[in-house]
Amino acid sequence: MNSVPWLTILLLVPAVAAVVVAALPRRLATQAKQLTLAVTLVVLVLAVLATFAYHPNRAGFQFAQRYDWIPTFGISYAVGADGISLVLILLTALLVPVVVLSSWDEFDSEPDGPSGPSGPSDGVVPGDGGGSGPGGDPGTGGGGTAVLVAAPPAPVVDAAAAPRRSVPVFCALLLVLEAGLVGVFAATDVFLFYVFFEAILIPMYFLIGSFGPAGQQAQRSYAAVKFLIYSLLGGLLMLAAVIGLYVVSAEQLGSGTFDFALLRQLDITPGVQKLLFLGFFVAFAIKAPLFPFHTWLPDAGAQAPVGGAVLLVGLLDKVGTFGLIRYCIPLFPDASDYFAPLVLALAIIGIFYGALLAIGQRDMKRLVSYTSLAHFGFIALGLFAFTSQAGTGAVLYMVNHGLSTGLLFLVVGFLIARRGTADIGAYGGLAKVTPVLAGTMLVAGLSSLALPGTNSFVSEFLVLVGTFTYNKALAIVATAGIVLAAIYVLSLYQRTMTGPITHEANRTLPDLSWREKAVVAPMIALIIGLGVYPKPLIDIVRPTVTATYTDVGKSDPAPTHPVTVQPGGRS
Amino acid sequence: MNPANYLILAALLFTIGTAGVLVRRNAIVVFMSIELMLNASNLTLVTFSRLHGTLDGQIMAFFVMVVAAAEVVIGLAIILSIFRTRRSASVDDVNLLKY
Amino acid sequence: MTHTPVHYAAASGAFSLSWLLIALPLAGAAVLLLGGRRTDRFGHLIGTAAAALSFVVGVVLFAAMLGRSGEDRAVSQHLFSWIPVNGFQVDVGLLVDQLSIVFVLLITGVGTLIHIYSIGYMAHDPARRKFFAYMNLFLASMLLLVLGNNFLSLYAGWELVGLSSYLLIKFWEYKPAAATAANKAFYMNRVGDVGLAIAIMLMFATVGSTSYADVFGAAAANVIGYGTISAIALLLLLGACGKSGQFPLQAWLPDAMEGPTPISALIHAATMVTAGVYLIVRSAPIFNESQAARTVVVVIGAITILLGCVIGCAYDDIKKVLAYSTVSQIGYMFLAVGLGPAGYAIGIMHLLAHGFFKAGLFLGAGSVIHAMDDDQDLRHYGGLWRYMPITWATFGLGFLAIIGFPGLSGFFTKDRIIETAFDKGGTSGYLLGAVALLGAGITAFYMSRLFLMTFHGRPRWSGEGEDARHPHESPPTMTGPMIILAIGSTFAGGLFVLGHSMQNWLEPVAGEGVEGVHTFSPIVLTALTLVVVAGGCAAAWLRYQARPVEATARPDAEVTLVTVAARHDLFANTLNETIAMRPGQFLTRFLVWLDLVGVDGLVRGSAAGIGGLSGRMRRLQTGFVRSYALSMLGGAVLMVGALLLVWGG
Repeated sequence: MNSVPWLTILLLVPAVAAVVVAALPRRLATQAKQLTLAVTLVVLVLAVLATFAYHPNRAGFQFAQRYDWIPTFGISYAVGADGISLVLILLTALLVPVVVLSSWDEFDSEPDGPSGPSGPSDGVVPGDGGGSGPGGDPGTGGGGTAVLVAAPPAPVVDAAAAPRRSVPVFCALLLVLEAGLVGVFAATDVFLFYVFFEAILIPMYFLIGSFGPAGQQAQRSYAAVKFLIYSLLGGLLMLAAVIGLYVVSAEQLGSGTFDFALLRQLDITPGVQKLLFLGFFVAFAIKAPLFPFHTWLPDAGAQAPVGGAVLLVGLLDKVGTFGLIRYCIPLFPDASDYFAPLVLALAIIGIFYGALLAIGQRDMKRLVSYTSLAHFGFIALGLFAFTSQAGTGAVLYMVNHGLSTGLLFLVVGFLIARRGTADIGAYGGLAKVTPVLAGTMLVAGLSSLALPGTNSFVSEFLVLVGTFTYNKALAIVATAGIVLAAIYVLSLYQRTMTGPITHEANRTLPDLSWREKAVVAPMIALIIGLGVYPKPLIDIVRPTVTATYTDVGKSDPAPTHPVTVQPGGRS
Repeated sequence: MNPANYLILAALLFTIGTAGVLVRRNAIVVFMSIELMLNASNLTLVTFSRLHGTLDGQIMAFFVMVVAAAEVVIGLAIILSIFRTRRSASVDDVNLLKY
Repeated sequence: MTHTPVHYAAASGAFSLSWLLIALPLAGAAVLLLGGRRTDRFGHLIGTAAAALSFVVGVVLFAAMLGRSGEDRAVSQHLFSWIPVNGFQVDVGLLVDQLSIVFVLLITGVGTLIHIYSIGYMAHDPARRKFFAYMNLFLASMLLLVLGNNFLSLYAGWELVGLSSYLLIKFWEYKPAAATAANKAFYMNRVGDVGLAIAIMLMFATVGSTSYADVFGAAAANVIGYGTISAIALLLLLGACGKSGQFPLQAWLPDAMEGPTPISALIHAATMVTAGVYLIVRSAPIFNESQAARTVVVVIGAITILLGCVIGCAYDDIKKVLAYSTVSQIGYMFLAVGLGPAGYAIGIMHLLAHGFFKAGLFLGAGSVIHAMDDDQDLRHYGGLWRYMPITWATFGLGFLAIIGFPGLSGFFTKDRIIETAFDKGGTSGYLLGAVALLGAGITAFYMSRLFLMTFHGRPRWSGEGEDARHPHESPPTMTGPMIILAIGSTFAGGLFVLGHSMQNWLEPVAGEGVEGVHTFSPIVLTALTLVVVAGGCAAAWLRYQARPVEATARPDAEVTLVTVAARHDLFANTLNETIAMRPGQFLTRFLVWLDLVGVDGLVRGSAAGIGGLSGRMRRLQTGFVRSYALSMLGGAVLMVGALLLVWGG
């Protein structure tokens, strides 16, 4: 065992920093940002070092630590990393500093938000007032229902009453979120996992509710409350299932435990498995989200600040898919088998449903959120095809989706920061004005549509080819989804970047600044780098995924007419 | 001595008290009806205490008396203050605390 | 049958440098894209140099290959492991063999010429650097496509050429038509790509590998069932149809002419669109095993020949006519390769010859368009031969080559296709031969029409007045490549058939061409073809030279139904819109509505339901003390009753 407690360090550094940053007064905004960036970069370095210390081919959890927490109930602070959680922690460590840097100026020009130069207030900008009506956004329904869902418990800061939103608080929330995400991926105690699972809701709730687009309080609080209640609902179902696991373990082992490794060895009867599986699955399906539990995502994605949206879609949602492969499949193999057709059906529906809805959106942030729904369909498809190729592809997809959709969200954020609206109709012809921005959007989009040479191709093809060996029809249907992916990406690009410039305000938009270039450069480098040479990542993920499936008795189907390898015959 | 008689008496008293609480409007009368119900239960307690030959029931009865006394103090104070402001002791006139 | 593993020699000597072929243009693209405006001044030179160096490497490899004995000529080089997941092991590797080297020479050779041409053609475009970057990217992608030693590498190249094509079609992206055309091209290509992707998955599920060596070994060993191998072949064909603009996925290619003309020459005539033919010939061991798939290939080829020819007669846009001519010429190639081992080499020969003459024709067209201030309408040309003699001469040679004038390239390659089609024998042979022959006649007609309307007759433009035209010969950077391509179109065909050189060269890849029984003797057939071609030319002469040409086309009401249909691309776009676009739009709008009202409505509905329920429930809180007392009593009675039921029962 490794003597350095990497995971605890990765958990504590941002947590402690969050307390420090939150204690800073408002006027030290710049210092707060600098400190946050420094801390998140340190976390990134630590995560990379941890990756080098990790031995991919060793079985079981590494960097494991265990301390009793509530011994009465067998609850302990237990962390450990396997290939799957390690790459997701890496992704977390990468995306948070990117988000910090990309949101650098976002809250400096309050109260009217970044739309200042283009109009006196948000109301004038087309698509803000108008966009929610004709765009079919639930602006109308949103206002009404927010009242019905009781009063949102107060994070909503009235822009008039509180002209500036606190930068230190924003930074602290990001750090708390980072700590929580590391915890959720690293936990090897199911109860601890549940605690972190719920804990990350809180910072995200405040990020959406307090730091979303200025001047849309009603929609913002609607989205925040919807996100919170939806996730809590799933979380509570999971809590019930977690307690159920404890009870089963108490029956079988004499004393109850929440230790994942022990729970894994339980022999649960199929009936109980199905119930517990559903508890976990619904929580993860909401979190991921899978069709039809997705409707919180477009709202939350559209109302979160851009950095928050990147973390929401790039990381928080990964908790759902991570949970599927970490908890659902190993703990409940029989139930996984039983429910696999259902999950696969939801996945396939999600692929097409998300893609078609993305095509029909007029709000860029909602569009990107819906593309994620399609991508999560691919991930769920891969996980429940039960082959090592599809599973490895799905885990890679989690990372790649964080990169490609994260970058897409960032680009959209840059546009919104320039123009103050997410309405696609307000753009057009920008390629000539902001060529670097346009190019970045194209790269992000091409990664999103899984073009070979970008990271997503590797994962998507693995998912499809792995699914194909499991079930041909499913894979063929899913493959047809790549045509739709091309349509939503390229039509977004066409509507925003090509054609003549239709709005005068767009004529003078500045291209990417050096800070923004510094944000996108590492993302683009990774997108292309992992597309051309994904082997290092595959080598970390593959053993864990293979072991997961082998443990539940799944093996890859053999080809029908395998080639007989002859010495020197293969090239 | 048949304990059943005492129990029947207690039940009758309790029923009268209940009916009083439900049908009377005057807060003072409602209060008295409540006292009647409390005392009916006291009677039951004492009867069972006698029946079982233990003192538990009687001790409980003392507790009830103490609570009833405290209740009267607070209750009458409330009724008085309401009467001062609203010139009425009818419980139907004080329905401000609703949805 | 014994299992005969496909053997490729290991890379050594010059062959270990074959990765440079791809790396050079890729580096060029990277430098130009990352360098930004700093490289504006010399970007075109870097781009051209990268292409030229790649061509030099190609020539060196070709020479090295000539120096090897027959069976050692196919050289496979392993570069690095790309996607290794347990049973699924995909490497990035290159296969330099007789087939791919021919393509390498075509791509880098014609590519370099077009780079040089573009220096002049794009001289005044502010984004010229980007143009060269994309062209270099295209070269790298196309070379990856032809050089990959497994199907997944081919697929990567396949999609990346699609990307380059997309980028270059929408190069003038401020024009909405260009942006739309680019999207259309990408979408329709993706439909084909789905087929290719599924074919690769099927290969993996069947053979457990995607490398050429393993798949072809298994195919040749006849271990794969007929159904499976036919399915693989048909799926590959779907991919090929998408990339090569074959029926029913042909509609994007004419629209792709929105791109700059050098792109039309390089990507949408000479190289990328012929990738479908490459795919089929490369997969010859698979197609050899499936008669059904080959039949589909020839049928698609035959349909596309006629379709392209007919529409080509109706357009007045010089580039659209050439685009449809490309569609139909690739139809010829499909027809040839669909005939199996007898036709593979012939199809490749026609592909190469076509690469020369069609690239030359497009460059000539670009020269004309340049001279006529970006006017592409044939009806506004006329009599240009006097003003642009070099363009006229080179275009003329390309024109003679494509119609199959004796002695020029097309004569050797296209006639061989017609001959092979007849030689197939039986009714189908006659039918295919007749289609090919008819196509040759119509090709002669519309190409003569194009040539005559452009260069001869009375000028239909004026040198004075409001929109005066001053046609002039293009600069040497443009005419140079045109001359070289004209030389190529003149002699390439003859060179290929000389002593069956091309057929022998490709034999290890494409198999031995079977010398079948001739249905007609070659002499008779050649004569027949010449008569048909002459007829087509004569018809065009009578219609467009002997009589004056109107400066505006006649309206739809005054022309025949066939012409109307042809002017509307035989309603291909209408069909696509009706069966795909409209229902898709409707479905999208319906789903947006459904998501908002249905799925999210359910969520909001349950929230509203709970809200409404609590709204009703709080009405119980009346504020009347006595009603509370009553409900307490009711509760107590209920509980006592329940207790009595449980214990007293």
